[in-house]
Amino acid sequence: MTDWPILSTVTFLPLVGVLLLLFMNGEGANGRRNVLNIALLTTVATFVVSLFVWIGFDNSNAGFQMVEKHEWLTTGISYHLGVDGISMLFVILTTFLMPFCVLASWVSVEKRIKEYMIAFLLLEVVMVGVFVALDIVLFYVFFEATLIPMFVIIGVWGGKDRVYASYKFFLYTLAGSVLTMLAIMAMYWQAGTTDMTELLKFGFPAGMQTWLWLAFFAAFSVKMPMWPVHTWLPDAHVQAPTAGSVILAGVMLKLGGYGFVRFSLSMLPLASEHFAPFVFTLSVLAIIYTSLVALMQDDIKKLIAYSSVAHMGYVTMGIFAANTQGLQGAIFQMLSHGIVSGALFLCVGVVYDRLHTREISAYGGLVNNMPKYAVAMMIFTMANVGLPGTSGFVGEFLTIIGVFRVNTWVALFAATGVILSASYALWLYRRVIFGALEKESLKVLLDLSGREKLILYPLVVLTIFFGVYPAPVFDATAASVDLVVNNYTAALQAAKNLALNVQ
Amino acid sequence: MTAELLSLSLQLSMPEVILAVGALALLMIGVFAGEKSAPVVTGLAVVLLAVAGLWLVFGTQSGEAWGGAFVLDPFARFMKVIALLGSIVAIGLSFGQARFLELDKFEFPVVLVLSTLGMLVLISANDLIAFYLGLELMSLSLYVVAAFNRDSLRSTEAGLKYFVLGALSSGMMLYGMSLVYGFTGNTGFDDIAKVLSTETRGLGLIFGMVFVLAGACFKISAVPFHMWTPDVYEGAPTPVTAFFAAGPKVAAMAILVRVVSEAFSPIVADWRQIIVFVSIASMLLGSFAAIGQRNIKRLMAYSSIGHMGYALVGLAAGSETGVSGVVLYMTIYMIMTLGTFACILAMRRPDGVYLESVDDLAGLSTTKPFMAVVLTALMFSMAGIPPLAGFFAKYFVFVAAIQAHLYALSVIGVLSSVVGAYYYLRIVKVMWFDQPTGDFARTGGILRLVFGLSGLFVIGYVVIGGPIGSAANAAAKSFF
Repeated sequence: MTDWPILSTVTFLPLVGVLLLLFMNGEGANGRRNVLNIALLTTVATFVVSLFVWIGFDNSNAGFQMVEKHEWLTTGISYHLGVDGISMLFVILTTFLMPFCVLASWVSVEKRIKEYMIAFLLLEVVMVGVFVALDIVLFYVFFEATLIPMFVIIGVWGGKDRVYASYKFFLYTLAGSVLTMLAIMAMYWQAGTTDMTELLKFGFPAGMQTWLWLAFFAAFSVKMPMWPVHTWLPDAHVQAPTAGSVILAGVMLKLGGYGFVRFSLSMLPLASEHFAPFVFTLSVLAIIYTSLVALMQDDIKKLIAYSSVAHMGYVTMGIFAANTQGLQGAIFQMLSHGIVSGALFLCVGVVYDRLHTREISAYGGLVNNMPKYAVAMMIFTMANVGLPGTSGFVGEFLTIIGVFRVNTWVALFAATGVILSASYALWLYRRVIFGALEKESLKVLLDLSGREKLILYPLVVLTIFFGVYPAPVFDATAASVDLVVNNYTAALQAAKNLALNVQ
Repeated sequence: MTAELLSLSLQLSMPEVILAVGALALLMIGVFAGEKSAPVVTGLAVVLLAVAGLWLVFGTQSGEAWGGAFVLDPFARFMKVIALLGSIVAIGLSFGQARFLELDKFEFPVVLVLSTLGMLVLISANDLIAFYLGLELMSLSLYVVAAFNRDSLRSTEAGLKYFVLGALSSGMMLYGMSLVYGFTGNTGFDDIAKVLSTETRGLGLIFGMVFVLAGACFKISAVPFHMWTPDVYEGAPTPVTAFFAAGPKVAAMAILVRVVSEAFSPIVADWRQIIVFVSIASMLLGSFAAIGQRNIKRLMAYSSIGHMGYALVGLAAGSETGVSGVVLYMTIYMIMTLGTFACILAMRRPDGVYLESVDDLAGLSTTKPFMAVVLTALMFSMAGIPPLAGFFAKYFVFVAAIQAHLYALSVIGVLSSVVGAYYYLRIVKVMWFDQPTGDFARTGGILRLVFGLSGLFVIGYVVIGGPIGSAANAAAKSFF
């Protein structure tokens, strides 16, 4: 069992589903049912296999585990996989969210269901690949490959302005990440390897770190997205089908955060320290500005998209606080946001499927005929606000503590974001759920169906569970986070000593 | 020349001998059997090229022949196999379509074989004279096939344009060669290098080198010598365009690599700035000018200009990694291009009219899903999105440029690839996001085979790329 390449299995298992789907006929009611069943089965199987990664994971080991390494393309690049405490939970998050995406598309995707599911399964392959890759070129390959299926998903199954949104998404993120490719090459020539485990130990010269950091920042800040390069996200979210939004918010945004932790902070500590005030500024701007923008939205999905940008502000802030609380908080915030914002988009999908509009003004008073829906949405809204007892609280609280230790002003401004997020989230909730049920079109709406309950209830449970008992996450990440923080402090100390010696 | 030397020379240049003798024999067959022999001659031409290719693949000999004017090294071997492959596929593409395009004349395959012979000579040229001979043999045949459909105004126009501009560039190159000869006293690449490494280079030699490079850049259609490309690509019959885009580019790139890495290797600093300029100009023009194109053949012309710019990025590095990157880039580029042209040839309405507008691909994903998937993979690959082959092509040329500290070139290059991605995306968009306007005729078996294999290659490169990469590395070792 120990020799079994479990990470490769998790990564490439969805390809089995793709192959099966390729040889199937997706036409007709029967074909459609078969396609859906196969997609669901594949994603569930992948999730189950990925749980073995968590089970087999040794929490006390800070290094990389379940490592697989093979020669690849005979040019110095290797096929090198492994997980540590930072990446492992993202793999689980990805595989966990996929079955929900399939279920969310069960009836809402009406055309070309087969191609749709193939795109999603391919997306799963590359997203898991990003988190398990231990070779920077392999990482980049997976990182960029996410663009292809997402472009098609937004463009084919999206809303009215889908073409514009898909182009913007694709070109924005591509422009950000091509510079990263050059940075990766420069690292390769400097260190003589593309192996991330080696690069983590390498210690790049300070002058070079600045440039490398900026190149990585170009990619990850767009992906994250940070203010002011976030403008692709609202468009992409609004136009994408429900499941596409779930994956965008739930996993794709985390690729940027993961990249920051893995590359910027761990490999380029000196530059990270140098640029930390810059990141704090952008993060605070993101938190306050995009929260204000969210207040003014009249499209539910757009509002949640802007709230995502604000929440990612906490993540970047926490990461570059570069202490245990900040980093733990950032990772937790990413995982929690993955579940909560995914769930919120699923909630939007529920009413969108019934009414085919996302205008906030088209709703109101849903609590009267959709009580179960109202409760589920209430919990997710509260989690989005960061109410204690929900998973959203833990991450926000820790990142603010982390940054408080570094810079109290940043913490002060970031904390105002909590109030702002409460304003827009509660206001949204009031306008959609409460009030009198006056609109004729709403009166006929039915409460959650069995399938929708199956989608939303597990997420409700998780949101509360991790809000009350976040220990499983912290246990898994603790050792690796400590290692990153210690290496970071040691590198800064070494640089400081060197400077003193020179004087 | 003794008998031993002669037999060695013949052995080393056996593929060329096969093609030369074979082409003449095919001409005889054609002349005596008349018009209806075209399919037979086409088939035999493919066999000839395949035999020459197999000889190269399984042969192990290498060395200089014909008094040093001809060289067969791993680089030449690799590039020749690629060029032959390109010609075979291009002839194959014309096979099913010849009837519709009035290419069903027996001269057509014969001229293509002769052009391929020119390419092989060009790739192996180790001397300015052999260089010129190979280039002219290749080009003269190309002028003929560009205008092959003589009843079509556009085709004859393309042929004429190509000929006039080609003759101009040949003239310039010949002038440059005479200058190089005058200032170094030699025509052999090795001797030129020897002279250059001992003496200080004079201004006249630089002039000569610029003219020689200009001639080679004309053939690979690099900016500022690209003007012929869009018109010729659009005007020539599509199988001929596919032929243009494949072998001749590979051969011309090969000689460009050889001439700068051998003859002019002592004056790297001088030619590097030329290559850097040409490369940047090609990448930018290829990206920006293609945006407005509606005709897919014109679009492919600009795309190929851009691709040549990327390939030159590797050459600008002037290192073993760089040359290996160029070799790999040309291989992947050629396979992608041939696949795309197979798709373009499949754009035929049921009533037999060939369509060439990008918008005619609307809704292809519902009418011809397989072709749509392949063309999508090819477009993303051309845009350089991983995990497709095109990404690795770009990766290996840029990795060499970074090694040589050519940062400005690299940054401009990758950013222009983002601009380029825009027009490749438009094709994907038309195929997937738009509603179908009409169906195409049933796709021929050869076309489907070609684009299917090409699609399989770009998708499967992550798995099968290892041996190709090693072969490219071995080829690059020839110079360093």
